[in-house]
Amino acid sequence: MALRHGRGYAAVNYPTGMNLGGDPSQALVHATTMGGFVVTLSSVDLGQGLRTVIAQCAAETLGIPIENIIVDTADTDTGPHCMGTFASRGTHRVGNAVIMAAREAREVMLQVAADELEVDAEDLETDGTGFVRLKGSTEKKIHISDVALAAHFRQGRTISGRGIYLKEPSSPVPETGEMDPDSCQAHACTVAEVAVDDETGVIEVLRLFNTYEIGRALNPALATQQVEGGAWMGLSHALFESTEPYYPHSREHGPVDFTEYLMPGPADIPAQTSLFLERPAGNGPFGAKGIGEMTANAPIPAIANAVYDAVGVRLTSMPFTPEKVLRGLDELRAGRAG
Amino acid sequence: MARLTPIDTAYFKSERAGDFAVIGSAVPRSDARAHVTGRTVFFEDMAPPEMTHVKIHRSTRHHALINRVDVSGALGVPGVLRVITHQDVPNNWYTVLRLIGVGPDDEPVLAEDRVLYRGEPIVAVVAETEDAAREGAARVTVDYTDLPAVFDVEEALADGAPIIKQAGANHFAYEGHHCRRIRFGDVERGFAEADRIIEGHYSSSPIEHAPTEPTGCIVVPQGDGRLRIHTNTQAAFFTLDNTALILGVPPTSLRVVGGTVGGGFGGKVDVIVEPLACIAAMLTGRPAKYVYSRAEEMQVSSPRAAERISIKDGVMDDGRIVARKITLYVDAGAYSRHSPYGTTKAAAHMPGPYTIPNVHVDAYCVYTNRTPSSAMRGFGVTIGDFALESHMDRIARELNMDPLRLRLKNAYRDGDMKAHRKIASGTALVEVIQSAADLVGHDLPPEYRAMSSTERPEG
Repeated sequence: MALRHGRGYAAVNYPTGMNLGGDPSQALVHATTMGGFVVTLSSVDLGQGLRTVIAQCAAETLGIPIENIIVDTADTDTGPHCMGTFASRGTHRVGNAVIMAAREAREVMLQVAADELEVDAEDLETDGTGFVRLKGSTEKKIHISDVALAAHFRQGRTISGRGIYLKEPSSPVPETGEMDPDSCQAHACTVAEVAVDDETGVIEVLRLFNTYEIGRALNPALATQQVEGGAWMGLSHALFESTEPYYPHSREHGPVDFTEYLMPGPADIPAQTSLFLERPAGNGPFGAKGIGEMTANAPIPAIANAVYDAVGVRLTSMPFTPEKVLRGLDELRAGRAG
Repeated sequence: MARLTPIDTAYFKSERAGDFAVIGSAVPRSDARAHVTGRTVFFEDMAPPEMTHVKIHRSTRHHALINRVDVSGALGVPGVLRVITHQDVPNNWYTVLRLIGVGPDDEPVLAEDRVLYRGEPIVAVVAETEDAAREGAARVTVDYTDLPAVFDVEEALADGAPIIKQAGANHFAYEGHHCRRIRFGDVERGFAEADRIIEGHYSSSPIEHAPTEPTGCIVVPQGDGRLRIHTNTQAAFFTLDNTALILGVPPTSLRVVGGTVGGGFGGKVDVIVEPLACIAAMLTGRPAKYVYSRAEEMQVSSPRAAERISIKDGVMDDGRIVARKITLYVDAGAYSRHSPYGTTKAAAHMPGPYTIPNVHVDAYCVYTNRTPSSAMRGFGVTIGDFALESHMDRIARELNMDPLRLRLKNAYRDGDMKAHRKIASGTALVEVIQSAADLVGHDLPPEYRAMSSTERPEG
């Protein structure tokens, strides 16, 4: 009896958004009196950091510091429509809507500044520190606080913008399945290294190596959080989780709490080495593709394939419990004996 | 300092033009400090005065007729204010996807004359305290006549299976078809031309989302007659619109406040708790809270569907896959929820990120007497990827071929037509494989190293 090592590979793609009947998200952007910019949404932050990445999209487009951005989420009395946070669509749909709204608001902001500075709006630029300035000049400039004050109290204009991202509905052709179901595809390749105890059937994932192509990492820290958390979830699906351990034969023994529903603890988490590639999507906000869901997928078959490499057992049913490994080993031995 | 995954800027260098000030930088998460210091406000931090609690009496049977429901025991529990039955729900039948034109309505908010799964809600009890609501729900008695149940997707589709759905079939009908079909090329001719046929069968069990924060909401009646719904829904307007339809009220009479969620993973897309909490609030004129216990979250909230996938490939000895036939069964459980949509997504994902000239997919959305499944991270794709990539490994083993070279040989590139007849663009499968090979020191010969997603050499 021995600990046997193996390596397995898997490569996947994943659609950003999923469209059977249109799934729009909208955004509104407006300036407050002294140059705060409120991004109003009815979108939900699930803990993945949507608010942060949306603030980045708004700040980048407006050309102002991120500290000036306030993101208001999920109040249907104040926020425009959003289909919801799912299908790896949040950054893509909401990001695009925010960019569109922020562009419109920026245009007004530059017009107001142009009137204050008595120059043409086309000759102005933002410097990212809070000033609107005449291109090529260090003298001729105005702070966004003063732009906003001028708009509100002197010029009588709202610095505001509206944005929506809607991919038109695509109905599948019933006979052939012809359809346009996604906005772009992200990509991943995972290599898993495992140790399988051929006496107990226990699989230990030692290391995961991942390359993710995600269009553009709008925030590399949040993207890292997604890929590391996603890999954990994939590993958990592969080795631990089931609400019906005897599916489909019995509904008994279903877990009712976290002492019965097993998931990996700190000691079960493998070392992870990851790398990003960027192939910006033409329709993504600054090229970003949705990566929320994809990151959980490739580890599962990579682990299954690594187990085959280690002990020759083809695991075909999730999760890969020790019992399934041992039954597979028994079949191999019986096959040899026969 | 945030831990950052490095970006390999050598890939797609010419496409990565653009100079950004804020984009691409590791701006700290705006909610991180509040999360780790316990100051983030979730819906359960609301404590409106006079708040009531909603608990559910659930079916103990997999499939049964309901002969009689006796709620007198519940009403006798001190603190119980009301018992809600299906008769209190204005439009009891719904399906969440009707907003985008997917029907028919197939699920009752509260069971009427039958139950289709163990755990199906039959009666809601509204009480002064959570304990009283729980006790009241426990004292409801239901007289059942058991009916034959079906638990297995293939048994549910077999001749002579008990039909559990009112629509008359145990599968969702896609424009008159039993399943979502993909038809590309001629799969039988592909098999005939192939050097060998390689088959595999793959399956999964249901999975729980396991969010830290259970699904729930608090509904607060307003002075102007409107209801303010504090919820951890993943989709505020989905919740508002569906709740308004179920309640038969103008959408302007509801307001959804949310936006901060302690983990969703797709489990908070269904519209389950809000309609009953609204009815409780309307009947009592008081705020109402309906939140799943952890046991409910694990036993009756929609799991990830169990799937069963068969793959039959026609393969040439040099590794080219020339035909792929897939049959895929999604166990929707008793009701549709988002499963018809997820099944179409599953079909569209096939045959994976590979260019195969002949593809045939039948993806079935099957009804059984199980907890209705619904959206979960990787919806319609996760189990498919497990099957596809396990099968690729099986092919590589059978051909005695390097697993990465097999994938590179079949990888889709820009300009290829996918099986659902969309031209692929922005592909990068070749590059992620090359990069991952480098990460682990896996040797690739020059011709594989020279491959690119942006061009396909002749031959």
